[in-house]
Amino acid sequence: MTLLQTHALTARYGDFQALFGIDITLEAGETVAVIGANGAGKTTLMRAISGVLASAPEQILFEGQPIGALASPDIVMRGIAMVPEGRKLFPSLTVEENLLIGAYGTKGSGAWNLARIYDLFPILKERRHSPGTALSGGQQQMVAIGRALMSNPKVLLCDEISLGLAPVVIKDIYAAFPQIKASGASIVIVEQDIGHALKVADRIYCMMEGRITLSGRSSEVSRDAIHSAYFGAGVHEHH
Amino acid sequence: MRSTRPISGRASMNIIDTLVQGILLGGLYALFAAGLSIVFGIMRLVNLAHGDLIIFAAFAILTITSMFGLNPFLSALIAAPLMFAAGWLLQYFLLNRTLGKDILPPLLVTFGLSIIIQNGLLEGFAADSRRVPLGSLEAATIPLGAVNIGVMPLLTFLSAIVVIVGLNTLIYRAPIGRAFRATSDDPVTAGLMGIRPQRIFATATGLAMVVVTVAALYLGTRANFDPSAGPSRLIYAFEAVIIGGLGSLWGTLVGGVVLGVAQTIGATINPEWQILAGHIAFLAVLAFKPRGFFPRAVD
Repeated sequence: MTLLQTHALTARYGDFQALFGIDITLEAGETVAVIGANGAGKTTLMRAISGVLASAPEQILFEGQPIGALASPDIVMRGIAMVPEGRKLFPSLTVEENLLIGAYGTKGSGAWNLARIYDLFPILKERRHSPGTALSGGQQQMVAIGRALMSNPKVLLCDEISLGLAPVVIKDIYAAFPQIKASGASIVIVEQDIGHALKVADRIYCMMEGRITLSGRSSEVSRDAIHSAYFGAGVHEHH
Repeated sequence: MRSTRPISGRASMNIIDTLVQGILLGGLYALFAAGLSIVFGIMRLVNLAHGDLIIFAAFAILTITSMFGLNPFLSALIAAPLMFAAGWLLQYFLLNRTLGKDILPPLLVTFGLSIIIQNGLLEGFAADSRRVPLGSLEAATIPLGAVNIGVMPLLTFLSAIVVIVGLNTLIYRAPIGRAFRATSDDPVTAGLMGIRPQRIFATATGLAMVVVTVAALYLGTRANFDPSAGPSRLIYAFEAVIIGGLGSLWGTLVGGVVLGVAQTIGATINPEWQILAGHIAFLAVLAFKPRGFFPRAVD
């Protein structure tokens, strides 16, 4: 069953067009990676899906319903939670308060609660009363993921969760993904790191300059194809 | 035996009396300031109509009191939810539209609002000085050792403490308080949590108007007020907030007390110096501690 779908999705910031007709799908239970270089439009795509940027209603469908024009609070209440680029923890809130605020819009229960998040990332329990921004980058990223999970989302959007983190820390964070998948959430991962994306995702989309340049099953796409889709070599001439 | 009491003893008694009256007056200024402080703390909105909203609430309490023959405390209890609703609507439909990177629009709009409220009250209630009648409570005192403490000033001060404890509990313990702080930090990311910043801001202003109602109750029963009395209440509120340090609610109490004590000392020396002494104390604090005593806000 197709859970989430974009249809000819466009986005612009003033005169600058960032997305030119993006079509992606996410099946229930699936993990999909969106990869591409800086400025390819990956974060814009996430911002459009999560409702930070408004789109035309029919450009984004969730469970068959048009959600393109909904604002972010409505999107998270429908079951799409985002781990934003740069983590964006609330500096005035402690670690625990940051996690609790993730459940603000969604009353009701599900697989994820404070105790489950602390099981997933035990270090956060030790640091629960620290200000969120006093933690290391990796720990902050764990808080950001936990905060998004607290809404018990059907779809988890992860925007550049490995950005600026040491490889060993990235490994720790990706180690949590099997448990997140097991809880029933479908996942969209935005990455610049192709290796991690291919390891965790069932399928990948490659983006360049606001367009999808390649898509396929992670096991079937070749590194060469990704390379040219990522950097544009041989796809079309630059000006 | 009174006549045999040494002069120095009486003088020190007077000083204690002056200090106590000043501290209690500080409670009123803290109530003026707390509402202003919440609105600024959560939305970075400087509400220039804050003083006029206090006077508006005082007229509301007066109207309810005289219309239904109620006790002013009961009238304030009725006025509080009405003021909450008025604050909510004002923020949601008007002030939210002024918020943004530019700090000028909220100043201009609330300045205009201040003029509208003053003239509206003038139209509705005329320029006469009014007072909310309290009956025997007005002059009631409690003898406490060397000094007599007025019941109303004491209630004012205790109410300020209750209001500050209540607001701090709400902001630092309750889920709505987490939403206030998160929205204040980053409204876009707060939206991703299911928080609607526009409604959070409206709720914050509604809450500030409840505090304004408490302030209006004690202002209106303590002294005369008229439609043009708002701006000077705004000045006292500002001074208390700045002396205490931006963003700290306990700071507003300290600021209020500094202002109140300075005013009563000034008035003891010469009644004409009461107001001036408060402003001088404010300027002195500003000169030596420009960020106030307990600055909290980082920007």
